Amino acid sequence: MPVNLKINGKPVTVDVAPDTPLLWVLRDTLDLKGSKFGCGVGQCGACTVHRNGAAVRSCQLRISTLEGADIRTIEGLSPDGTHALQKAWEELDVPQCGYCQAGQIMSAAALLERNANPTDTDIDNAMNGNICRCATYIRIREGIKRAAVLKRGGGMVPASGSPGRPGGADAETADNVGAPKSLFDATR
Amino acid sequence: MATTIKPTAKKGMDRRGFLRVSSIAGGGLLIATYIPELEGNLAALAGMRADFTPNAFIKITPDGVITIIAKNPEIGQGVKTHLPMIIADELDVDWKDVRIEQGDHNPAAYGSQGAGGSTATPINWTPLRQAGAVGRAMMISAAAANWSVPEGELETGSGVVTHRASNRRATYGSLADKAATMTPPAAATVKLKDPKDYKIIGTKVPGVDNKKIVRGEKLFGVDVTLPGMLSGVYHKCPVHGGKVVSANIEEIKKEPGVRHVFVLDSGPAARDQLRSGVAILADTWWQASSARKKLNVVWDEGPGATHSSEGYKAKAAELAKGAPLRNLRKDGDPDAALAGAAKKVEASYYVPVIAHAPLEPQNTTALFKDGKLELWSATQQPTGGRALVVNTLGIKTEDITLHLVRMGGGFGRRLTNDYMVEAAAIAKQVPGTPVKLIWTREDDIQHDFYRPVQFHNFSGGVDAAGKVVAWKNHYIGFTTDGQGFGNSSGIGAAEFPARFIRNYSLDMSLVQTHLQLGALRAPGSNGIAFAVQCFIDELAGAAGKDPVQFRLDLLSQWQADPPPPAPPAGAPAGGGGGRGGGGGGGQPQFDAARMRGVLELVAEKSNWGKTTLPKGTGMGVAFHYSHLGYFAEVVQATVSKAGAIKVDKVWCAGDIGSQVINASHAENQTQGGVLDGLAEALAQEITIDKGRVVQTNFGTTATSFQLLRMRQSCPVEVHFLKSNNNPTGLGEPMLPPAVPALVNAVFAATGKRVRSLPLSKADLKWS
Ligand code: FES
Ligand code: FES
Repeated sequence: MPVNLKINGKPVTVDVAPDTPLLWVLRDTLDLKGSKFGCGVGQCGACTVHRNGAAVRSCQLRISTLEGADIRTIEGLSPDGTHALQKAWEELDVPQCGYCQAGQIMSAAALLERNANPTDTDIDNAMNGNICRCATYIRIREGIKRAAVLKRGGGMVPASGSPGRPGGADAETADNVGAPKSLFDATR
Repeated sequence: MATTIKPTAKKGMDRRGFLRVSSIAGGGLLIATYIPELEGNLAALAGMRADFTPNAFIKITPDGVITIIAKNPEIGQGVKTHLPMIIADELDVDWKDVRIEQGDHNPAAYGSQGAGGSTATPINWTPLRQAGAVGRAMMISAAAANWSVPEGELETGSGVVTHRASNRRATYGSLADKAATMTPPAAATVKLKDPKDYKIIGTKVPGVDNKKIVRGEKLFGVDVTLPGMLSGVYHKCPVHGGKVVSANIEEIKKEPGVRHVFVLDSGPAARDQLRSGVAILADTWWQASSARKKLNVVWDEGPGATHSSEGYKAKAAELAKGAPLRNLRKDGDPDAALAGAAKKVEASYYVPVIAHAPLEPQNTTALFKDGKLELWSATQQPTGGRALVVNTLGIKTEDITLHLVRMGGGFGRRLTNDYMVEAAAIAKQVPGTPVKLIWTREDDIQHDFYRPVQFHNFSGGVDAAGKVVAWKNHYIGFTTDGQGFGNSSGIGAAEFPARFIRNYSLDMSLVQTHLQLGALRAPGSNGIAFAVQCFIDELAGAAGKDPVQFRLDLLSQWQADPPPPAPPAGAPAGGGGGRGGGGGGGQPQFDAARMRGVLELVAEKSNWGKTTLPKGTGMGVAFHYSHLGYFAEVVQATVSKAGAIKVDKVWCAGDIGSQVINASHAENQTQGGVLDGLAEALAQEITIDKGRVVQTNFGTTATSFQLLRMRQSCPVEVHFLKSNNNPTGLGEPMLPPAVPALVNAVFAATGKRVRSLPLSKADLKWS
């Protein structure tokens, strides 16, 4: 049974086994490899996409239930990769291995759509389903806050000036390496 | 895209053969540098030969683009960014003009291409600086020749050579062809920058693949797609070592989309690398995976089926009561010293089996055609993987091409290449058809090369002044061959606190397992630090001393004239916890002054001893030396009356030498490693029942493997203490102290001493 749905704004018809999860339709049928397979049981969030604007785990959605659905994937989050979260992620150098990050960004994007200024608790609640095995959580949290600022039209660098940096660096330690001449700052 | 470098005609070679310069078809200059003599201890540590194979390539083309080929595989440790940073700084070009390409696997061209043991930085630090500096020197020579001026009058900056006196400037791009005709200077003689002149090294440079990552572009092994490709799953016996007796193969062949179903069995020689199982190939992975659910296999489970976690514990408890199998080290007379001690403490510590679980499931894409094999694989050890394919499948080395792809995490799991061999073996059965094998998460958790158990049985004594006078450990680890420690199961005779306590002994015994064992981030150390640093806290308690002060005192107890280091009697080579880990006998001397430095720094930063905390909240401290890095950490944790742990904050101080190379990634990596340690301590355990792994997938229950989540994460304040030592790596050494620092914090919060991980199994209720 062909299923008609919208993916990243474009109408798409797919004809695969009805129990095929959306994740594998995206990855194998449509060659959209941004959504990742991490667990297949809804526990890791690597496969997160938006369904009608809400963050959902695409490994848990059978294609047969998606007739008429409006799906957005990381590839369609912004036309040119400049969504506030994508900018913030680059600016704060969030990724380590990077495998979880598309899912993290999609969960965060849905959060920012409904909550322009999320608190730490809001972030905990929205992001707890997204595992980062490299544990980049500190920067993910900072990245969401930074994106919230960017989204509200602010471009100012937060006072702390650097990702997760506790500040208060002193001369005897090397934790102020590069602070005054940071390329990172220069490209902001 | 991957770049393949073909060795070109030698145009210029420096005197000692460390460096080769050639011109590139179409214009430009290619500099290939070679690893010069590695400093003795580093070479020994890494088990590497100091041979003359190139370790970096720099390409400068007339359009002014500088291309640096990243030859080490990227697993999220940041080498693809920070090794090129080193070259670019000495070359004196702007980072924005640098392009990074991932090299294919080509040891003939690149030398060692591995990721593991936190070795990339210490090995490459000097040669890569020299490579950049040679490039810069050649640009100066080329300009000097063109303008007929002395080299000493020329300056460089941002990829331009300037002659101030005549106000002339030439870009590197415009000089590349000329430079390619010249003889390079000897790498060891070029002048390196004064660190105060670094423009790139030490700054925060975002990862070079970040743009692709945040846009969801194809980048990882699992994203590889080839025309006409089939997708596959491979179903193995749940009991490791088991074999297929029969399976309903004909039935499975009729499932939708299924193209091939067959049994693979490579015989006993390659038991660990190619396990007996059933391969299913289909048009899509979901079809293969769906067909697998209907698979019925009769297994010969083999002798492993009798193994269990409880059995291992019972065996270890029995062994702990008896005489040890061997002594690994004995200094002084520990028994007499214990008998005479003012206070004695005995305690047994247990470190469970855990899995690696990198987020990208194991996968490899393979094409076997006309007797040649092409592989796309996410691997930390490409050369080892290729050798395994050669040995297991009888394909010749020269007939294998291995493309390196970005890895969704490694943590040591991708040092073993079992999944690569499986994909190759499957592809060999269907010549001409590309095959992508993807494991499920269940496959990954149930067929890992696991972090082994550790049992530490300590007795220690302090004198009336509170000084440690005796320390004994009967250590029990896994064996797979019945002879010596299994992979990453050992403990080194030099492991701390050896030589800091006059009367010291380390004994060992072995427990047989059927599991496959492997190196997990900071192998050996990730369990040893827990046991040693928690037992030190117990001794501090017995001595009535503050845990930080007690440690500082212990670190001052270095035995200046110890007995000649006892050889690890009968301990097999490689039993010391893997490369550079676990205090293997070959590691260089532990420098107590460097450890005191980070311990004092972390105590100061965390306000140790100066903060009044409510009941239920406590601070714990620990330090550990591994992979040439010195780390001390303080954890503050709160335990609810119901016994739930929340880590409030971690302070981390590290000494990794004179220079942090990428200030951004160094912090990210350190925070991640510390949080990884907390995750291991909090809830990670793999249990075995009837030879099978009980855990199946991620989740939050006892039958799942629990990774850290956002809610459990906490601020991690990172401080690096600069010291006058060569920079060393940051893949691992921050992890081990996080585990005992948390367990010690839980003790401070609740008065409950947990000696068996994970913490989730301990009853921490208090009132
Ligand atoms: S793959 Fe969907 S939640 Fe893990
Ligand atoms: S960056 Fe590696 S899993 Fe998140």
